[in-house]
Amino acid sequence: MLLRGSHVYAEAAVRAGCRFYFGYPITPQNELTEYMANALASLPDGVFIQAESELAAINMVIGVSMAGKRAMTSSSSPGISLKQEGISFLSAMELPAVIINTMRGGPGLGNIAASQGDYFQATRGGGHGDYRTIVLAPGSGQEMADLTRAAFEYADRYRIPVIILGDGMMSQMMEPVEFPDPIDPKSLPPKPWVLDGAKDRPSRIIKSLILDTSAMEEHNWKLFRKYEMIEKEISQVELFLTDDARLVVIAYGTASRIARGAIKRVREMGLKVGLMSPKTLWPFPKRYLLEMSRVVTDFLVFEMSTGQMLEDVKLSLEGRRRIHFYGRPGGIISTPDEIAKVINNIYFKEGLETEV
Amino acid sequence: MAAKSKRGLIKIDAELCKGCYLCESVCPLNLISISERLNQKGYHPAVYIEEDIGIKEHKCKGCALCAIVCPDIAIEVYRE
Amino acid sequence: MKKVFGKPKCLKDAVFHYCPGCGHSIIHRLVAEVIDELSIQEKVIGVPPAGCAVLAYDYFDIDIGESPHGRGAAVATGLKRALPDRIVFTYQGDGDIAAIGTAETIHAANRGENITVIFVNNGVYGMTGGQMAPTTIIGQITTTTPGGRNEKRDGAPIDLSEMLALTTGTVYIERTAVDTPKNIIRTKKAIKKAFRVQMAGLGFSLVEVLSACPTNLKLSPVQANEWIGSTMTTYFPLKVIKDKVGKLGALPHLE
Repeated sequence: MLLRGSHVYAEAAVRAGCRFYFGYPITPQNELTEYMANALASLPDGVFIQAESELAAINMVIGVSMAGKRAMTSSSSPGISLKQEGISFLSAMELPAVIINTMRGGPGLGNIAASQGDYFQATRGGGHGDYRTIVLAPGSGQEMADLTRAAFEYADRYRIPVIILGDGMMSQMMEPVEFPDPIDPKSLPPKPWVLDGAKDRPSRIIKSLILDTSAMEEHNWKLFRKYEMIEKEISQVELFLTDDARLVVIAYGTASRIARGAIKRVREMGLKVGLMSPKTLWPFPKRYLLEMSRVVTDFLVFEMSTGQMLEDVKLSLEGRRRIHFYGRPGGIISTPDEIAKVINNIYFKEGLETEV
Repeated sequence: MAAKSKRGLIKIDAELCKGCYLCESVCPLNLISISERLNQKGYHPAVYIEEDIGIKEHKCKGCALCAIVCPDIAIEVYRE
Repeated sequence: MKKVFGKPKCLKDAVFHYCPGCGHSIIHRLVAEVIDELSIQEKVIGVPPAGCAVLAYDYFDIDIGESPHGRGAAVATGLKRALPDRIVFTYQGDGDIAAIGTAETIHAANRGENITVIFVNNGVYGMTGGQMAPTTIIGQITTTTPGGRNEKRDGAPIDLSEMLALTTGTVYIERTAVDTPKNIIRTKKAIKKAFRVQMAGLGFSLVEVLSACPTNLKLSPVQANEWIGSTMTTYFPLKVIKDKVGKLGALPHLE
């Protein structure tokens, strides 16, 4: 199927058994909301509500998630800020949910161009409290479909909100996509913790208020242990021409596509450059990076921001290797030629052309 | 409400009582007073006078006004 | 002798943490009695607020899902849309519903969400220590209106129930109080009707209950209840604010 990115998210969500979508209009992701309105209206068990605010939308997701059903909301940067209250509560109450952020230039109202300025917000929890959310970063239409399916699986498996971090460019771009078979929501395994009325079982409580400090500490450690497990189990990268690379570009999403083009150009000039594209931004694929750093001396982090993922790369490598950075914030889309030049400069400045 | 001819009685759980005395303020027969002793929470609980002083011929009709206003469900009402 | 009044079945054996004379305890009991009488304990899901009543889950022996401050109507919307045959109610204070959660409430009402809202109006932020609430009356002294609420500076108390009545989605809205035995009985009837409106699938129902917060009013429980009758009701008169039930067809007969 040839579909634009925002429609890919939506179609993939419906096929993942999501029958509940709540959203509020914001550019550049309205096509997603509109697709869901249409798709869910044609399904007997579909529920679409255009909410009065981002806050209301994420709290409707909370309600559906409490009832054990798959639910999704989506927005763009300023709207995602509003959803942070709900994301903190989802995390505290260990409720699955999928939230798609089509990032735009910021801070503030910013603009509607593609940007990657929300990396910190997404990977550091974003709202208040000691928590993390899984953050997935598709780089193509196919990955938008695959990672949306994965997002629902992860959300249910770990009882955690999952954020898909894309941008306006990916959401507008049309690419051919193969979708996995649709899941009938009724075929999903029952969740033993849901609220559906205390029939033939003790009543249940889903809450985040834990006044007793010892119990609150234990809850935080419980979440922490879960996050540790997730870090071990799901971190994921995509590698491109890294086998012989002397310089590896690290980029995600749209930036990874631009980097790929740049690498093809510099490869033609004989430069040994590869790409590592994280698919999970949290957990950050630290161990892949560490393994690569055994042979690669130079890394170039390329982001459409002033340098946010850069910090995770620095934290992972702990000063062992040279880390270079190139970024353009504010909705500027660098060209592959521009990045090729950056790569070229670094490559020769660090003397990577000389054989070891 | 209680049938007028019938008799009733109430039981106040002194440990549930927080001494708000809403019951005392609504009893039409003034059969509730305040204890001089303290309960474990540190409140002077309400007491049902007829039981406290051992009156067999209850005036209490079991109208339940005291129980209806009691925030702490500390009062049970019995009727013939 | 036969026991004619005791603890409702769907309340747990927990002692209320509420202050002496607090209306929350009475309203909890009334909601519990209604759940018992309608035999819906196995079907009901409650959504408590942020505020004193957040601890409602310690008392009700029913499924309970906590809501962020003010978002009860949105959380309940999600629950009810996901489980249309269950009975979903929110329990919210005046600050929760009429200040921070105004938008969620008005829009859930306007959509005619088939949920029931128990709106406890005590004219003050209780749990945070007695600050001005959206429903604090003119001249009322709170910790943030030390000279009394001033209409020019603070605005007048907001009548959310009347506002909600203007939306087409609301079916039944009544304002009651728990200051006297008579009003408590009336409140229970209103809560029961509100639940029955939902059970009949008619739409949004809400009972606003004027309730005493003696601690923050700095009055004795008896005086606080007198204050409701003498003063608070002049701003918030007790009445059926909206009742479309008759127009939509009578409620099913109860056994």
